[in-house]
Amino acid sequence: MSIFKKIMTAIRGGATEVGESIIDSNATRIFEQEIRDAENHLTKAKRDLTGVMAQQMSSSRDVERIKREITEHEGYAVQALEKGDEALALAVAEKISTLENELTTQQQALDSFQGNAERLKELVKKSERQVAEYKRQLSMVKTTESVQKATSAITDNFSSSNSKLLNAKDSLERIKAKQQKFDDRMKAAEVLESENSDTSLEAKLKEAGIGASDNSANSVLERLKAKQK
Amino acid sequence: MNIHKIADYLNALADDSDTGMTFDCQPISGEVDVLQISVFGREELPIFVSVTDDQILCITYLWGEEEVKADKINEMHVSMLEMNIPMPLSSFSKIGDKYVIFGALAISSTFNDIEHELAVLSNNALEIIDDMSDYLI
Repeated sequence: MSIFKKIMTAIRGGATEVGESIIDSNATRIFEQEIRDAENHLTKAKRDLTGVMAQQMSSSRDVERIKREITEHEGYAVQALEKGDEALALAVAEKISTLENELTTQQQALDSFQGNAERLKELVKKSERQVAEYKRQLSMVKTTESVQKATSAITDNFSSSNSKLLNAKDSLERIKAKQQKFDDRMKAAEVLESENSDTSLEAKLKEAGIGASDNSANSVLERLKAKQK
Repeated sequence: MNIHKIADYLNALADDSDTGMTFDCQPISGEVDVLQISVFGREELPIFVSVTDDQILCITYLWGEEEVKADKINEMHVSMLEMNIPMPLSSFSKIGDKYVIFGALAISSTFNDIEHELAVLSNNALEIIDDMSDYLI
């Protein structure tokens, strides 16, 4: 059964009881131990891989060296033949034959090391994926448990403080009312502010003789006189 | 990261938060430590924060099963599923008989990330209750 299914089944069946553990803690501990074991295997496989890769490198160097020696000795043999020294050429040819045997052995070893390294690399990759998957599953179980425990703590807290979660619509109305009140106060403060600044500005302008002046008796008289003309 | 560090950070913020919200934190002790966070002016919809091995969970309770109009429950579920992706950072869930929205953060998140998450979660909660109120009693 997938971990999703297990959690779903546990939540649906009975475990909705607040505080009840989703998967018994012993199972979680065993699971954690399995992850640790897998990680240990992984470390060991990585160490083995390092060893094999070192052998592979050394073996590859040997192969190169033997190949070089063979080429070298083939040159010597040709030179010996050119000088007509058949016996010497034969001795060199024997040496080349030994070297060629050695090369075959060394090449086989190298192939085997390469094969081992490939297999170990594959194994390490597979184990790493497996450990990551185990960890993801464990995290799901632990999160589910943690949420249940947190819910239990929250519920206990509410019942002990005699407060309860309000109906959602009531909560929203209350929050909106608070927000409205706050906005109204802000607006009132703004209006008040602007009124104050308006009157003070007007006073300053009047003082400076700018803007509308009072309709004094004199100015009314002047206006009437102008009409008569 | 643990709930006490989060509480210290949010309480010290006071009025200087980037989000313009003021947070009040109250740790709740239990088998798992939970931080109850009230946003000023929105005390009715507290956010509960708990920290596990690999994530920080922020949860707000929306409404109970009993608040949903019986003939509207399927319609509501579809609406919630449809809203789940467009709703920024938060997702719907159900704990026991309560519908919730929650956000999960990586344990490596910064205080700033957490503050941002809480602000968005609080806004989402208000908006969702408003939008879903047709389905509620």
